[in-house]
Amino acid sequence: MAKKVLIVDDEPNIVLSLEFLMNKAGFDVAVARDGEEALAQVAAFGPDLVLLDIMMPKKSGYEVCEILRSDPARAGMKIVMLSAKGRDTEVAKGMALGADAYVTKPFSTKDLVAQVAGLLNGG
Amino acid sequence: MNARIRFALAVVVLGLLMTGPFVLTGIVLFADAQEAERQALVDLLTPRLPLGALITTFGFIIGVVVLRNLFRQYVTGLLNMAEKLRLMLSANRHFRVESEGPPEVRALAQAANDLAQQRDELLTDVEAQIAQAKRSVEEEKNRLAALMSELALGVVVCNLDGRILLYNNRARLQFKALAQGPTSVAGGALIGLGRSIFAILERGQITHALENIQQRLRKGSSEPVANFITTTRSGQLLRAQMAPVIGAGGAVGEGEVTGYVLTIENITRSFERETERDQVIHSLSDGSRPALASLRAAVEMLKEHPDMDVPTRERFVGVIEEEAGRMSQVLDRTLNTFADSLKTRWPLEDVLGVDLVAAACRRVEARLSLATKTEELDEDLWIRVDSFSLLQAIAFLASRLQDHYAIRELRFRLSAEEHMAFVDLIWSGVPVSSETLYTWELEPMSIGAETTPLTLRDVIDRHGGEIWYQREKAAHRAFFRLVLPVAATPEAAPEALAAYHQSARGDSRPEYYDFNLFNFQHAGVDLDRRLVELAYTVFDTETTGLEPSNGDEIIQVGAVRIVNGRLLRQEIFDQLVDPRIPLKPEGIPIHGITEDMVRGQPTIDAVLPAFHEFCTDTVLVAHNAAFDMRFLQLKEDSTGVRFQQPVLDTLLLSAVIHANQESHRLESIADRLGINVIGRHTALGDAFVTGEVFLKMVGLLADMGIHTLRQALEAAQKTYLARVKY
Repeated sequence: MAKKVLIVDDEPNIVLSLEFLMNKAGFDVAVARDGEEALAQVAAFGPDLVLLDIMMPKKSGYEVCEILRSDPARAGMKIVMLSAKGRDTEVAKGMALGADAYVTKPFSTKDLVAQVAGLLNGG
Repeated sequence: MNARIRFALAVVVLGLLMTGPFVLTGIVLFADAQEAERQALVDLLTPRLPLGALITTFGFIIGVVVLRNLFRQYVTGLLNMAEKLRLMLSANRHFRVESEGPPEVRALAQAANDLAQQRDELLTDVEAQIAQAKRSVEEEKNRLAALMSELALGVVVCNLDGRILLYNNRARLQFKALAQGPTSVAGGALIGLGRSIFAILERGQITHALENIQQRLRKGSSEPVANFITTTRSGQLLRAQMAPVIGAGGAVGEGEVTGYVLTIENITRSFERETERDQVIHSLSDGSRPALASLRAAVEMLKEHPDMDVPTRERFVGVIEEEAGRMSQVLDRTLNTFADSLKTRWPLEDVLGVDLVAAACRRVEARLSLATKTEELDEDLWIRVDSFSLLQAIAFLASRLQDHYAIRELRFRLSAEEHMAFVDLIWSGVPVSSETLYTWELEPMSIGAETTPLTLRDVIDRHGGEIWYQREKAAHRAFFRLVLPVAATPEAAPEALAAYHQSARGDSRPEYYDFNLFNFQHAGVDLDRRLVELAYTVFDTETTGLEPSNGDEIIQVGAVRIVNGRLLRQEIFDQLVDPRIPLKPEGIPIHGITEDMVRGQPTIDAVLPAFHEFCTDTVLVAHNAAFDMRFLQLKEDSTGVRFQQPVLDTLLLSAVIHANQESHRLESIADRLGINVIGRHTALGDAFVTGEVFLKMVGLLADMGIHTLRQALEAAQKTYLARVKY
């Protein structure tokens, strides 16, 4: 059965590419456009991996990450932060809050697919 | 005893000496002899008596002449010389004693003249030295004045009590611009000699900066200065640098700090520009990342999947078009605004991490009575921080934890990873929710009664840092981690700079720092302080009429300060007031204030609080003060300000000093005391005259044994005029 990836981002233009990319890579894909929708989708869709933007309306990626990580039932779920915030303090914060990887925008789509695949196969 | 009487006495004694022995011998012989012998003696002497008397008289006359000569030469002559010597001593230095009389007196005169000559030479020498010293002091004063006025920075020198000892014009202008409301119109009440700097700058920041400096001095730092940013009541941003003034009598590093020099720069505008510039950079960097990400992903999709269907391809091309267009716009907009941005940075200081933690511990324990402990501390870690706001932030977090989570102990940990320093605030027990931290981040920080408009987020952003909440589940503990920048080169002061500071503090320091003002003590108003030591506000009001209780109002307030026995003509309060009632035509020729002049001026409700601030910590002085004070007292309820400081009245003091004079009008007193009256009948003009009169009176009161404020108030009370009530 195909692995499930949830894309959380409020920018439709990047969502378009991410969705296309993840589909082509053979994953089941769902999309959420803000922090609250992301939490709902995690419950409904049960993704194996979340691609999580940080700057979003309603709840930031940091907050979503913390909430997801506080649920022991979802300990196996991978979180990849995708963010326009590129300073190392922000990267350190993302990793400290429990993200498995932190990818700074813009990124290479090839590398992203490789990283996602690596995380899903490795864990 | 008068010389003349003594001479007469000497003559009498001479007479007695010449006649006494004969008479005595005669009486003794006469008493001893028998009746027959006595008769023979009388017969023998009587015919010869005239001759004996003649010889005796002749001898007596010669004796008197000799005596008189001796007296002239040795007594009167010496008295005369004494007077002349006294003349040389006081009135005429160049007078010399004439060499006359007997050799002994001449020798004495010569010796006195020689002494006088020697004294004159010494005096002339001393005078020349004094003149020279005065000249060089004057030169230095001028040099300092030029230096200070040329500085584009405001300079304020304070003693340890925070009293202003010296300020330059730039500082005055800066603070005047900061003053609010009528204070600014009236001449800038905030800055003045002897005033407290804490009226302008926050006490906590000054004390903190001073502590930092003292700590640095103890460690022998080459650069014992502190920087801080402060926000004024009107929201302006000031950047201040504090340098210590080291007292004399000690080698470098041993001298006591006796005060400090503050250089102050208003950076509100440049900070606004800086914020703008940050936004520009942000919109160019982080702001373009999402667009670039969309672009790059779309291009890569198109390239990797040439076989995609036409509608999908169209959508990707649409994304590229849209994002490229958006980026061009962002670039145009930012380049337009970038042009006039300036380079100003929030000044961060290099601080040894353990010092910061120690300061945080002290602060938390002192402010919150919360126990603190330290865990692993990286001893060699230097951090770049604005220590004041950072310590506020730490204390704020601690107080929130204490209030909401009842923690009993707070531990500190210090570690580093590459150029990030981690300060951890650890506690055990109740975990905090992350939402709570997010709420705290955005609240203005408050600890007890102390609040600041800054939020935790502001402080974090100021350092380019981060903060988050983490748990150590195994240990049942949680911590906040503050990420701060590691200092690149700790305390790396260039050697030249170090040498400069060395010379500035060492024996070769420039002499224009040697102000005696540092000994000036000003501890508010104390009734038992001497009049000459107090600070005064001499004031006068112009009013619509003479009956405050019948609706007459103040239309002008003028005041000038006296500090350290000097009338400070630059430190004035001069303000017209809109009385909100029509002016009386008969008053206009007296005070020269017309309807046009008062309309649009602030009302008394705004002016009195400003004037009250101007009078802080001073004794009030006015001529016929009862009249002016009555006006002020009638406004107490509506303005909410009370003038409770002691009041000295020059009218009553004049009655104390010249009890027998008819007139105690200001003109008459000024005339008596030899003061030129110009510009009378404006409030400020009258305040100047009253001030000069008062300064003269302080000296006259001292002659009467009235030295302290209490004595002056009591004396004034006793004069009969004190009973006059308005």
